[in-house]
Order: sequence, then structure tokens, then C-alpha cells
Amino acid sequence: MSAGSSSFLEHAPLAARDWVVSIFPAPLQWLVHHLITIVGVLAVFGLFFAFLTVVERKLLGRIQNRYGPNRTGPFGLLQPFADAVKALTKEDIVPARADKLLHFLAPVVVCTFALMTFAVIPFGRELIPVELDAAVLYFFAAGAATELAIFMAGWSSRNKYSLLAAMRALAQLISYELPLLLTVIPVVMLAGTLSTQHIVLAQEGWTFGVIPHWNILTPWGALGFVIFLIATLAETNRSPFDLPEAESELIAGHLTEYSGFKYALFFMAEYFGMTALCGLGVTLFLGGWQAPCEFLQFIPSYVWFGVKLFALVLVLIWIRGTLLRLRIDQLTRLSWKFLVPLALINLLNAAFWFVSADLPWPGQIARWGISIALVVLPFISIGRRLSAGLGPRTYHYA
Amino acid sequence: MIALAIIAALMLASAALALSRRNLIHSALLLIFTWAGIAAFYLWAGAEFIAFAQVLIYVGAVSMIVLFAVLLTRRGEEPEIARDSRRRVIPALIAGAAVAGVIGYAVLATPFDLPDGRAPAIQVRQLGFQLMGPQIVSLLVAGVVLTVALIGATILASTEPERRASDDNARGAPPEEKR
Repeated sequence: MSAGSSSFLEHAPLAARDWVVSIFPAPLQWLVHHLITIVGVLAVFGLFFAFLTVVERKLLGRIQNRYGPNRTGPFGLLQPFADAVKALTKEDIVPARADKLLHFLAPVVVCTFALMTFAVIPFGRELIPVELDAAVLYFFAAGAATELAIFMAGWSSRNKYSLLAAMRALAQLISYELPLLLTVIPVVMLAGTLSTQHIVLAQEGWTFGVIPHWNILTPWGALGFVIFLIATLAETNRSPFDLPEAESELIAGHLTEYSGFKYALFFMAEYFGMTALCGLGVTLFLGGWQAPCEFLQFIPSYVWFGVKLFALVLVLIWIRGTLLRLRIDQLTRLSWKFLVPLALINLLNAAFWFVSADLPWPGQIARWGISIALVVLPFISIGRRLSAGLGPRTYHYA
Repeated sequence: MIALAIIAALMLASAALALSRRNLIHSALLLIFTWAGIAAFYLWAGAEFIAFAQVLIYVGAVSMIVLFAVLLTRRGEEPEIARDSRRRVIPALIAGAAVAGVIGYAVLATPFDLPDGRAPAIQVRQLGFQLMGPQIVSLLVAGVVLTVALIGATILASTEPERRASDDNARGAPPEEKR
């Protein structure tokens, strides 16, 4: 399937790992094998996180018509390391009446579980840390501990604002967990597997060699991807859903009593969570590590994964620089009254798409028509009903 | 076998701690740790799907219900339990023995007809076909029960109770009378 010239680069990371493993004596090899995988993921995504902060600050700066960080190193590239030193040397303040153990455990738990989600994302044709049969379920199970950590952070601070903010954050996370999972179900249903690697393989192939068979290029997949993206923004507390830690009005919510490296750990966990969810989005909807065109297969699969992941993360940053923060009632209404019904109808749409896969040529046109109608009509009708009586606004200036 | 012993020891220890703590939130968090231990046990036994489902449902969802219930129902500053809970040792022992008896009987009465004594490696796909085929009735019943619960919760949450003078009096009453 893959072109001959790409096979060396394709196997290079695995070959390097096997070479290092072969240096060690046989009884230790399994341990070294796993340690290298873990260190690899930590190093790659640790650096990705570090430079993502620079990219985000620079991009947001450009969106707001300023330069962004440009003092530390060339083009401000050493900024994350300066930030790390700053976070490490800051005083770690724990409130006198705080629950010390839980206050300490919360950032550890949130960061650990955010990193654990990377284990099942297929980064390349042969690059997947752990190949699990129930990988998608594992991903969301590992992510479930985030809510617990936020609660622990809010409660253990012994600060009523922290606790209230934690409850608001939980309400948001629980509200958006539902549309997130409901958009994943159609993908799993059509691929017939929970394994992330097999979901990517199910999106293999090209029409005329240039149009990939990715899920996003089907009507249900397009809507599913949009809902997934919105839910991703909300699950990772990104703008416009960043009201759990709205720094300009809520003094960082459940993170109020955190300082120094513990705060940095929460920050890291947020970015790891965002990267992991984007990775899952790439896997589920954007064909994972598959090349967009058949003739582009000479580029190794992990490069394609990286490009798609980076593009998706840039979209999230772009959204952050563009949209305004929602109110909490708007946020929950958007999820429960708009995204959940749309996702449910989308599930039916995907089922229809699955059943009508083998129709002859004229039937395919009807299949596309019905499927697109099942996306557009509910969107318009539910949207119209929800926004009835809300606009247009008239502004009165003094 | 060592892994099983470690998991069991951690689970039993956290369960015992959960029972003995006076702070309800600590108890709840330890209980959640115990549930995670059950998931670890499933993983040890090779039942991946059940393990992840256990984490997703218990650590992700049920834990939230427990914590919200504790936070929303407690009164006063500290969620301390009164010391009279030792009086309930005998009823607790009876209830625990009954549950243990039912579970033990179910374990003993289930035939484990494995040819080589090893757990079969079951794919999620097979589980799905089992659930959607022979076990469809139980799946549907579970779905209906959950839907009823969901609708009931929505109705309870969405209907405003009529305010009466007696309600306000009850709200101001000291918590001791509620027990």
C-alpha cells in the first residue's frame, strides 16, 4: 500500500527503539521497551506543549494587532523555558485551612490522566503506544478523572469562590461530555470497532486518488466534527467556553488558591487535554495518519498526523482569538437544547448512511441528498426555534 | 497473583478508610478510589471493556452524583457525622452479610465451564453482538429504566414547588430534627 521510498522513514522511529532495546539484557527488555514509549510520548508532547504556548501567544498577539513574546531567544522561541523556570521558582502557597493532601493531589491527578489519554492515539501507521481493543472507551475513561480533579481542587482550597467555580466547571464538563460522546458513537458504529487504529484504517482509500474517504467528508461526519470541535472547546475550558477560569472576571475559578508549579500543572493538563482531544478528533474524523491524496503517501504517516493535529490546534487558537465568552446559561442551553438534539439526529443520519451504503448509482445521489437534508433541516429548525424572540437587538448609545 | 493481592489490599484498605473517616468528602473520594480498584481488578482479569466502562461510569459519573449529593445535602460548615454511628454496627453487619451471601451464592452457583481454566479473550465486537442479540431484552429494560429515571429527574427539577409558610419554617429548622 505505502510507497517504497517512504518505508524507511516510516519505520525509523520503531527501528531506533528496537535498536536501543537490543542493547539491554533480555530480562530488562520489556521494561525498556515500555519506558522508551513513555519517554517518547512525554518528550514529544511536552515540547509540543511548550512551543504551543509560544505559538498561541504569538498568534493571539497578531490577531490583536501586536507582536506577542519576542524578547527571549530568537523570535521569542525560548519563552516557554523562561516560563518554566519562573513557575518552578515561584513560591508555592497553600491556604492555611486547605485540605493539604487533596490540594496537592488535584494537579497531580489532572496532569497524570491528561497524559494517559495519549496512550491510545495512533500517531502513525505503526506508531501507537498501546493498541487496545476498546481504545475509544479507554480514552474517555482516562478523561473522566479530570472532573474529579477539578472538584478536588475546588473543594480542598476551602474557598467558597473556588468551590462555586468548581461546581460551574463540573456543570460545563458534564453538559458537554454528552454531545462529545454522541458524536463519537456514529464513527464507532460505522467503523464497527472501538480500536482507534482500526477506525483510521476504516477511513483508508481515495476516490480518483485525490478525494480521501475521511469521515468529515460525509454529511454526518461534517456535522459530527463541528459538534465534536465545539464540545472539545468546552471540555478543555477554552475560549469561548473558558468561564470556569475566566481570568478577567472570576480570578481563575477553581485555580484561585493555586500558585507556582501546581498552577503550571493545571495549565499543562489543559493543554495536554486539548492536544489529546484534537488528536482524537483527527483520528475519528480527519483520517488519522492517512495522507490526503494518494500521491502524497511518500511523506511518513506520523508527519501527516502531526500536520493535522497542529492545524486543528491552530483552529482552536483562532477561535479563542475571535469569539467572545458565553454566559453560563447560554453555555448550558447551547449544549442541552441545540448540540444534544443535533447529535442524536446525526446518530440516526449515520445509521441511515450505514444502511444505504450499497445502493446502486442513482440511489447514491438520493443517499447524499437525504443525508444532507438530515443535517441542514434540523440545524435550521432547532436553531430558529432557539433564537426566536432573541433578536435583532437595538443598541442605544448615549 | 502478586498484582491481585496488591489490588485487593489497596481496595480493602481504602474501603475500610472510607468507612472510618468522619469527613464525608474524604469518604466519598476513598470510595471512588475503591471503585477504580475494582476497575484495576477487571483489567487484571483481562476484561478490558468492563474495566474501562467501570472507570467511565463509576469514577466519571457516579462519583459526581455522590459528591454533588454530599455537597448539596449537608448543612453547616463541616460535614461531620455524629458519633452515634457505632450503634448501627449490628444492622450494618446483617446487611453486609446478606449482600455477601447473595453475591457468594451467585458466584458459586454460576458454572464456569472453561476448558483450560483460563479466561477467554473476548473482543468488544463479540460483546456487542451478545448484547444486541441474546441479551437484547435486558438491554432494553435497562434503557427503559434509565429513561424513566431521567424523565423523573427532569420533572422533579423543572417543576417549581409551591411556596408555603410551612416550607419556610421547615427550612429554618435545626438539622437535628431531620434525622
